[in-house]
Amino acid sequence: MSVSVQISDFRVQEEYQSVVDEAGGAGAVVLFTGLVREFHQSGSSQVQTLTLEHYPGMTEKALMDIEAQAHKRWPLLASRIVHRVGCLAAQDQIVLVIAASAHRGEAFAAAEFMMDYLKSRAPFWKKQASGDHSEWIESRESDADALRRWD
Amino acid sequence: MRITVLYFASLREARAAESDAIELPAGAKVADLLNLLRAGPLAAIDGGLFSSLLVAVNQTVVSSGHEVEEGDEVALFPPMTGG
Repeated sequence: MSVSVQISDFRVQEEYQSVVDEAGGAGAVVLFTGLVREFHQSGSSQVQTLTLEHYPGMTEKALMDIEAQAHKRWPLLASRIVHRVGCLAAQDQIVLVIAASAHRGEAFAAAEFMMDYLKSRAPFWKKQASGDHSEWIESRESDADALRRWD
Repeated sequence: MRITVLYFASLREARAAESDAIELPAGAKVADLLNLLRAGPLAAIDGGLFSSLLVAVNQTVVSSGHEVEEGDEVALFPPMTGG
């Protein structure tokens, strides 16, 4: 069980291996990686970036709480959350969630649960920029809906 | 009591400041703090943004009835957009 909030990129193979080692005898490991999507502005060929701001201290606390909730709900053997902050470009890795358990059902559910929660319960804010124009990304109702199904 | 309120993301930009120091009466609740901010340092910010704000006390999101205490770490921010 561990979380990291970092500027630097993460290596999926290394993160996967550390979870497998920690789990010791897992039968299933589900790994989700989120990438920065392209956002389209017609006629624009300017460099596009996504900047992630966060609330240092609260972010780590919120991620650890989300991970702990997942462990309460499912018999997980190990887990890991990595979230990047700072300036990213399209197709950069932004978030990694890993859940390991004896059987796949729990690992799939826990990974999805952690992703749904961190989208609207961990203090990250995204701002996208293209050339001179930048704007904060607004929260989506679909993210709130995704959370409700775990109630 | 004197409380420092931290701002993040679009709210920080709209306020053009990272924080404000606010004088609160003893026993004040989050709702009282929001009213004071709305009448003072946050008077000029967009109504839609203001009504969407979340409040965290000591790094946990709380509701408007939560009582603020001396020395609390208080933060205001728009809905989170992680992942």
